Amino acid sequence: MSGPGKDETESGQIHSGEEKGPSLKSGDEVLQIIKKGAEFTQELLKENERLRYRLVQAEEENFSLRKASVEGVSGDELSKLKNRLESLETEKRQMLERFKRVEDENKDFANRYLEIENENNNLANLYIASYQLHSTLDFKEVLRIILEIIINLIGAEQFAVMMLDEKTHQLNAVASEGIEKEDIPPIILGTGVIGNVAKTGESYFKEDLSHKGTIDPTDPIVCIPMTIKERVIGVIVIYNLLQQKDKFTNLDYELFTLLAGHTATAVFSSKLYSESERKLSTIQGFIDLLTK
Amino acid sequence: MARFRILVVEDSPTMRQLITFTLKRLKDVEIVEASDGVDGLKKISAGKFDIIFTDINMPIMDGLKLVSLVKNDPANKDIPIVVITTEGGQEDRDRALALGANSYITKPIQATNLLATATQLLKI
Repeated sequence: MSGPGKDETESGQIHSGEEKGPSLKSGDEVLQIIKKGAEFTQELLKENERLRYRLVQAEEENFSLRKASVEGVSGDELSKLKNRLESLETEKRQMLERFKRVEDENKDFANRYLEIENENNNLANLYIASYQLHSTLDFKEVLRIILEIIINLIGAEQFAVMMLDEKTHQLNAVASEGIEKEDIPPIILGTGVIGNVAKTGESYFKEDLSHKGTIDPTDPIVCIPMTIKERVIGVIVIYNLLQQKDKFTNLDYELFTLLAGHTATAVFSSKLYSESERKLSTIQGFIDLLTK
Repeated sequence: MARFRILVVEDSPTMRQLITFTLKRLKDVEIVEASDGVDGLKKISAGKFDIIFTDINMPIMDGLKLVSLVKNDPANKDIPIVVITTEGGQEDRDRALALGANSYITKPIQATNLLATATQLLKI
């Protein structure tokens, strides 16, 4: 290192040592430069080392920060996603439950619709049967309508309508289908299946509804009393159902109930009307005779 | 004017009323009634029908004859015909179908069956 004394000495020798001076001066200078260069290099190496260390530190810091950052964010996101997932799972469960409820409701509605549809159809049949029965006061017409109802709405193939003669206490066939009236013997009130139905007023249904080749007129599969209040005025006797009909439906039983009441009133009122018409005609005849 | 015209040929007023009552549940239909085959033919010649429902056992002219006449008439052969009858045997069904009937319903009729047949043939 250069000090002030050395500078003065060097300065004093500048002129006197002019011939050797430059080489000495430049060697020192070179040495100094080399020293300085070495020192600078050392410093640079140190700095480089320091920077390398700092870089490693920075990289570690960066890695830690990144790691911490990534862990922090994904943890938060994960938590959010987990919550969202749970929420969606709950929603899905609720939706499935709701869907099942709606589906069940839908099935209920469909079943209810079918029931209403059937009920509607049954009511239509009952309405038409009732409407037709009371559409006329002609006894023969009423009997024809009863036959039509039994064929078309119930599906019977062989059957008869028997009226009770209150004088003889016998049931006589007045209309029939698939069997001649004459083939049905008069039934005494209280005897056999038919007689008992007329006496008790309770319907009879045989369990075996299978189609028979030959029939016994005293052994029906169904016997319905025609009643006005408690009074039996006749019976509807069914011997065979149509080939394609093998059992009774709820509608059939409702029709039987309707037939039990409505046929009786229709038949009874038509008979009364016919009698009154006949009497009116007789009276009119007398009046005509008297006034002539 | 109704979209579909239906002819019901049936001698029994009870059945006729029941069929008409049931078919009236279809939307936009006009129903014309005839009491036998001859009456049915008159109605067919007087107007256009989209479908015919006919009974088989009828006085004057039965349903099978009506089916045969309609299906042999070039002007009306395409009208779908549904036969309604008490006859449940396969033979009667085959006879009606061989004459050209498009469908076959046996009595006692089920309203749902009647409506389903009409809906199918009318392509509603």
